[in-house]
Amino acid sequence: MSHISPVIWQFLVKWLTNFALLPPEASKIAPQMDALLFFMVLVSLIGLTIVVLLVVSFSILYNKKRHPVAVQIEGSTLLEATWTIIPLGLFLMMFVWGALIYFRVYTPPANAMNIYVVGKQWMWKVEHPGGQHEINALHVPTGRAVQLTLISQDVFHSFSIPAFRVKREAIPGRYTTVWFEATTLGTYHLFCTQYCGTNHSQMIGDVVVMTPEEYRKWLVRSDSGASLAQDGERLFASLSCAACHNARPDARGPSLANVYGAKLALASGGTVIADDAYLREAILNPSQHVTQGYAPIMPTYQGQISEEGVIALIEYIKNLNSDYRIEQTLNTTDMPPGSEGTAPKAPATKGTVKP
Amino acid sequence: MSTNTIVSLPDQSTARIPKDNYITRENGLLSWLLTSDHKRIAILYLISITFFFFIGGALAGLIRLELLTPQTDLMATDTYNKVFTMHGVIMVFFFLVPSVPATLGNFFIPMMIGAKDLALPKINLLSWYLYMAGGLLALYTMAIGGVDTGWTFTTPLSTHYVNTNVLTTGLAVFVAGFSSILTGLNFIVTIHKMRAPGMTWFRLPLFIWAHYAASILMVLATPVVAIAIVLVALERTLGIGVFDPTKGGDPLLFQHLFWFYSHPAVYIMILPGMGVISEVISTFSRKRVFGYTAVAFSSVAIAVFGFFVWAHHMFIMGISNYAVLVFSLLTMLVAVPSAIKIFNWTFTLYKGSITFETPLLYAFGFMGLFTIGGMTGVFLGSSGTDIHLTETYFIVAHFHFVMVGGMLMAFLAGIHFWWPKMTGRMYPEKISQLAAVVTFIGFNLTFFPQFILGMLGMPRRYASYPPEFQILNVFSTAGATILGVGYLLPVLYLIWSLRYGAIAGDNPWQATGLEWQTQSPPLTENFTVMPVMDHEAYDYEWLEEQQKKEAHRAG
Repeated sequence: MSHISPVIWQFLVKWLTNFALLPPEASKIAPQMDALLFFMVLVSLIGLTIVVLLVVSFSILYNKKRHPVAVQIEGSTLLEATWTIIPLGLFLMMFVWGALIYFRVYTPPANAMNIYVVGKQWMWKVEHPGGQHEINALHVPTGRAVQLTLISQDVFHSFSIPAFRVKREAIPGRYTTVWFEATTLGTYHLFCTQYCGTNHSQMIGDVVVMTPEEYRKWLVRSDSGASLAQDGERLFASLSCAACHNARPDARGPSLANVYGAKLALASGGTVIADDAYLREAILNPSQHVTQGYAPIMPTYQGQISEEGVIALIEYIKNLNSDYRIEQTLNTTDMPPGSEGTAPKAPATKGTVKP
Repeated sequence: MSTNTIVSLPDQSTARIPKDNYITRENGLLSWLLTSDHKRIAILYLISITFFFFIGGALAGLIRLELLTPQTDLMATDTYNKVFTMHGVIMVFFFLVPSVPATLGNFFIPMMIGAKDLALPKINLLSWYLYMAGGLLALYTMAIGGVDTGWTFTTPLSTHYVNTNVLTTGLAVFVAGFSSILTGLNFIVTIHKMRAPGMTWFRLPLFIWAHYAASILMVLATPVVAIAIVLVALERTLGIGVFDPTKGGDPLLFQHLFWFYSHPAVYIMILPGMGVISEVISTFSRKRVFGYTAVAFSSVAIAVFGFFVWAHHMFIMGISNYAVLVFSLLTMLVAVPSAIKIFNWTFTLYKGSITFETPLLYAFGFMGLFTIGGMTGVFLGSSGTDIHLTETYFIVAHFHFVMVGGMLMAFLAGIHFWWPKMTGRMYPEKISQLAAVVTFIGFNLTFFPQFILGMLGMPRRYASYPPEFQILNVFSTAGATILGVGYLLPVLYLIWSLRYGAIAGDNPWQATGLEWQTQSPPLTENFTVMPVMDHEAYDYEWLEEQQKKEAHRAG
């Protein structure tokens, strides 16, 4: 085969054997997406064939030689209704089918494992809850729902995994989420698909799908020594958050124990669910988000803390389920980082723990 | 009557171009630059948009050359980014938006409705000057280093992260926008106020309906992009923070504003092209357009629905799921009028008496390519599949099928169709038929592989790409070469025809429009007596009566 040009060789080997018209189906949603895509291709081909056949046959039947005098026809309500209603029906079908897939892709199941992704010019930083950090790579296990929480540190980016048929914009100042469940082992492309400046086309990486067993080993191998929540705990201490959010009776800030997911009453009236987005906002723009009963004295942390830092703090707050836990954090301020004796897992309820 | 052509030319040995016409009435450069004649302004536009088309086309050539190989080897990524940005800016704002309306619309709207000129002739000239000011500013920007935001100017990239000439490019688009607004306004006033006696709304050629719908979009949507650009400029210079999340702004707001214009802009570009197709198909099948009212109202429907679909550009950007539902549904609805048009044009051929001159070949090209472009639009309008396809080469292929396969084909159909009226001479038929076929083949070879690239996931705006995508890119680049030949040919033979083309006479196509019932090229006043419209549009029987009377008088 040496006489075949390498480009054509590549075409024969890689494109024809690995790909047809679509990348490999490596996630649970991929076959569902492809079914709709095939339906649409089919409808398009039929539609195009009808138009081409009509144009060609009218051109043959009614060309001037064969049909020298045109017959004037005003129109036909019946025919026009037909080609209004049939396309409309087909389009509506595609709308409903598409919407079902859309809601599936962007509605993560409650038990999904969360991984944070920060986009910045020009790399993807992936933060696993266990503290594993990756750049331009994402390791995931098969058979487990994985939710990505995305944010950008600068401009718009877009996190695209064609083999999973999922894509989500990473937006500055706002969390977005997407989820998937990988089904097929392998290494797949990860692209940034939103134009983001000079090295946009180098903001690419690999998604590695592993067996759950392999994945567990990978997690251990890639351990950075501290979980995301522990990173957050250190930040909580070093930014002196505990000076006010210390859960004491005279505390100047509200206690953060069990705050994640709770319904908060705001000083401005109204209530809000304390989710990732709210916590991020409350850290960066505290004056806009004052909890009822507290003075608006918290300074802004805008510009003092990176998106990864905010994520670590949120992860820490998520795991805070007792005031005791916060007191433990207070003590860590006296200790050098890394030597604190706090266990990564907090006690389940306050009552079970001795102060 | 067994020949396979409708062309009826005067006896070439005695025929002369009329001595007095809009071209010969006055001489000298100033008589052109200071003219208020809509026909001369249309010619000015024709020359200038052709110039910008070839600049934009050269940039496209550079893009395709770079993508011949997976690595970045022809130019640095920054250069590549500038090249595709300028390609987009020039093609969208300085070619596609003004293409049919400012040339063919400008020339023929007054003539088709039996008027002497547009309602506001001086404003019309001002439009051209604004367009040129914008265009030259864009060229100046390119000369001093260009801009690399993409033609979409997405914030915060354009406001905080690039150091290139965003402000001058923004100003160029801003100024050109006013040209578009004034043209639209001029058309609306003209169509309302300047129709000849008897020219009721439902006797208007469909070309006029299409332009009326497009004009409404120009007047209502363009100011919004102007505002968006001003906000980008203020954010860049003063840091007002409307789009800056650290100051409480919303970076997505820019995209709402931008697409509020730029989606209707797609219809600004395509509607006038659809108008051309209606005229061409009717003339070359000798039949009234099938379902005139449906085609007329489908233009209006596209214009109305076109305003409410902009957020389909943002399905994956975290707008609310319910907003996605609404915008996806409306997008499906806007696809229906386009389908109606395609079928109505097809059935116009039914029981016609068809001849296959170049304009009809281009119109057939339009119908095929626009059908593909429209159907793939549905792939993207359906929210689920949009997730996989958006921001890939699928989108690039889709809008090139609509804009280049659709609009450019329609533009070329129109230029060939009205060339004898504009210049008084015929273009050479055989070579132009060849050009139409070459364009069609080149186009498909260039852009069809990009659909597959997009399905496979290749992102747009990439200077380098994984090697498995190379073969399809090679096809695409090869096709672009053929396409380039297809576009160069008309320039050459049309210029040739200015001197050597056969003399066309008043109505070489035996077409029914009022513009054909006067001399070619027309007088500066268009008509010697005010025309009275006493028949329906596309009334070929009326035309025959008219010609019999004429022959009787001459005999």
